[in-house]
Amino acid sequence: MKKLLSLLLFSLSLNVFASGGVTLQDADVDLSDKVSLQRGAKHFVTYCLGCHSAKQIRYLRIANDLGLDEKHVLADIAPEGAGIYDQLHTAMNKHDAEKWFGTQPPDLSLIARSRGADWLYSYLKGFYTDKNRPFGVNNAIFEDVGMPNPLWQLQGEQKPVFEMDGEKKTLTKLIKGSEGTMSEKEFDTAVNDLVNFLVYVGEPVQLERQQMGKYVLFFLLIFLAISYLLKKEYWKDVH
Amino acid sequence: MIDETVDKSKRQFLTTALTVVGAVGTGYLAVPFLSQMQPSVKAMAAGAPVEVDISKIEEGQLIRVAWRGKPVWILQRSPETLETLKTLDGQLRDPQSNESDQPESSKNPVRSMKPEIFVAVGLCTHLGCSPTFRPEVAPHDLGADWKGGFFCPCHGSWFDLAGRVYKGVPAPTNLEVPPYRYVTDTQIIIGEAAEEKAA
Amino acid sequence: MNLKPTRLRMCGNWVLDRFPLAQVWNEHMAHYYAPKNFNFWYFFGSLALLVLVNQFVTGILLTMNYKPDAKFAFDSVEYIMRDVNWGWLVRYMHSTGASAFFIVIYLHMFRGLLYGSFKQPRELIWIFGMLLFVALMAEAFMGYLLPWGQMSYWGAQVIISLFSAIPVVGDDLALWIRGDYVISDATLNRFFAFHVIAVPLVLVLLVFMHIVALHEVGSNNPDGVNIKKSKDPWGHPTDGIPFHPYYTVKDVVGVAVFMIFFATVIFYMPEMGGYFLEHANFIPADPMKTPEHIAPVWYFTPFYSILRAIPDKFAGVIGMGGSIVVLFLLPWLDRGKVKSIRYRGGIYKKALMLFVVSFIALGYLGTQPVTPLATTMARIFTAYYFGFFLLMPIYTRWEKLKPVPSHITMQPTLEERIPEIKAVFDEVTLVTEGENTKRGFNQTGAKNVLIRTAKNLKESLD
Repeated sequence: MKKLLSLLLFSLSLNVFASGGVTLQDADVDLSDKVSLQRGAKHFVTYCLGCHSAKQIRYLRIANDLGLDEKHVLADIAPEGAGIYDQLHTAMNKHDAEKWFGTQPPDLSLIARSRGADWLYSYLKGFYTDKNRPFGVNNAIFEDVGMPNPLWQLQGEQKPVFEMDGEKKTLTKLIKGSEGTMSEKEFDTAVNDLVNFLVYVGEPVQLERQQMGKYVLFFLLIFLAISYLLKKEYWKDVH
Repeated sequence: MIDETVDKSKRQFLTTALTVVGAVGTGYLAVPFLSQMQPSVKAMAAGAPVEVDISKIEEGQLIRVAWRGKPVWILQRSPETLETLKTLDGQLRDPQSNESDQPESSKNPVRSMKPEIFVAVGLCTHLGCSPTFRPEVAPHDLGADWKGGFFCPCHGSWFDLAGRVYKGVPAPTNLEVPPYRYVTDTQIIIGEAAEEKAA
Repeated sequence: MNLKPTRLRMCGNWVLDRFPLAQVWNEHMAHYYAPKNFNFWYFFGSLALLVLVNQFVTGILLTMNYKPDAKFAFDSVEYIMRDVNWGWLVRYMHSTGASAFFIVIYLHMFRGLLYGSFKQPRELIWIFGMLLFVALMAEAFMGYLLPWGQMSYWGAQVIISLFSAIPVVGDDLALWIRGDYVISDATLNRFFAFHVIAVPLVLVLLVFMHIVALHEVGSNNPDGVNIKKSKDPWGHPTDGIPFHPYYTVKDVVGVAVFMIFFATVIFYMPEMGGYFLEHANFIPADPMKTPEHIAPVWYFTPFYSILRAIPDKFAGVIGMGGSIVVLFLLPWLDRGKVKSIRYRGGIYKKALMLFVVSFIALGYLGTQPVTPLATTMARIFTAYYFGFFLLMPIYTRWEKLKPVPSHITMQPTLEERIPEIKAVFDEVTLVTEGENTKRGFNQTGAKNVLIRTAKNLKESLD
């Protein structure tokens, strides 16, 4: 019985998100950090929106939630020509996408909800040089991924270190190949901002929802207290 | 079974308290539920201001654009039309547009910012049909009194070419003029109010 | 000044002369006598009704913005979540409500197993209840397709393919259900029709019959005693109290507690770690690509586990169907002479406890990827699941029953047990060092408590 239990516990601890043997790094998600979200929005438009859309969110929503002026969002964050009510559509059309990547890059509105923040954080940091791949890079988290590393100029190149176990080749770690324009710490912050923004985009209402929850629960506790007193009062009759 | 010692007033108080708290809770829940039937952000996006190029519009021509899903008319009126409008006051219900809906900049006898360009929401103020544009004078189906205007086919309301309603028809007020402003002489934005200038 | 009330009363009387409102109220609320000793387990009937209302109201609101079209369905759900005022709240209330419904219903059914609520004369109530359960599963299954995510799509694909296992007509049947060769727009559209109109009507009808049947024979109770046997001079059961106000005020407390849990999930963990809203369902349905690991929503996983445990397509489907059918037969499988578990023999108590363990284990295994070990365990638990029911006619005959009291017994309420609980708490957390005592973990105390609990458990299982 004990053995069974420990087996159960073991299988429970398997991370649903993990794919491959590499463990995920922790992203530091803080949706109340508006400045981080603003930087993340900027990064998203600069580095992701070229190929990926986030069509479930509008610039207006971003402006309201991130505490930005509508004009500021249009001038500083949104690509030229976008309207405040527009959703975050990509500039790349379907035809080009299929020509270049063989498929349309997925919409990223809900990527944080399907993959999780830690996965995204590790993924964005997990690109390494691999001459056998069409874009010259592979990824430690998402093997044989079909996209180039959009952040390589910031991060520089990473080289993989493999460990041979008979026939099986396992990736053990990534080492720095060349310097990028950002220091490692700056880069981590940039990726974290981006992930933070993606988590926000996954469910823009979540911060508001959690703040609201307090009041609802407080109200329900009062309701519970009164209903309990009423019940007690009536049940004095029952012997 | 009911004891003599029952504290009726306490029961009554608690019942009332619970009912009130429950009603407040239901009220708070009703707000989001009712509010979700309000126009969504998508509807608001569709209601965003519309820019219209009027450089190609000819005299006597009416163009229709959609704003908030409603037909908006832009009509270029001829000088003769403007002359005719001055003679109609006696037959109209609200010639000075005192009871009608328009931005301050269009509250004048011709109901527009520039006399020749008339902008209005093309929906009858009676029950919301879109009146037909009938610029011709005295056609045989409308009779000799018709000086050119808008005729609502649903319930027969008459409006002149400034969207002013005639007496004795079902429509209560003049056609609505939406907020609009000129960006340039040939470019107007419907849905954005003109800055109020001291004329 | 008296004009208004009299007018009102006249209006009221006008209605009452034409509609038996007072009669219905009295029959089912004010003069419906329920046993005095309902405990915690008796909250879940009224809670199920509450959740049903919640699903109806939020469901109607969702229908206003949802589009049952393969092209728009996924986006329309996100539209509700973002652009519609409060749409996120309505949607989370509905999605959390679906899971809450099954939690409440499973606990409600377990109550039946505990106190023999399915036994004579309440077999029909149980049958209606089981029909409700089946209708509810159909409702949940078809509702789950509507968001048109990857899990919606592939889950429906798998479940509908089950029908193709039926010999001869299977493939045609699956085709007919889908209305296409794969799950498609046609399937989505018809599931929408069933989910919002057809099945809800069936549910309402069944709830009505469930309650009418219950009020005809009267409620069971934790002692399984028939309260109608002893009546006072006015013909009311001495062990009964009017449902209203006593159980209405009590159920309101249950509702309040339930809503606290419900709101906590909605506002703080609407995905419930991927159990209430699965992660892969945030990816739009893609007929070209199955997600790596597909699992049904948690409330179907026990039955899904049974399906996977059986290494043959048709037999698997039979096993899965059988695991539901066998529940219908419960009133005739159980030969125990006593209703309540309080007076039943140890063998039923142990069997039921193991049944709960295997049901939960099957549920857990159903959420996990298939491994040889998991399959073996699923087989053991499946065998136990069926054994519990099918061997019931035999093992319930051997039961050593305890004497059933002639009247219901009143157990101490949670409130009355507070001193007792506090004593146990002190035993574990008070450490005596010479003169003074202080808070801290008391090892011997904890050991004593554990031994006592184990002894009590063993005793109660005999």
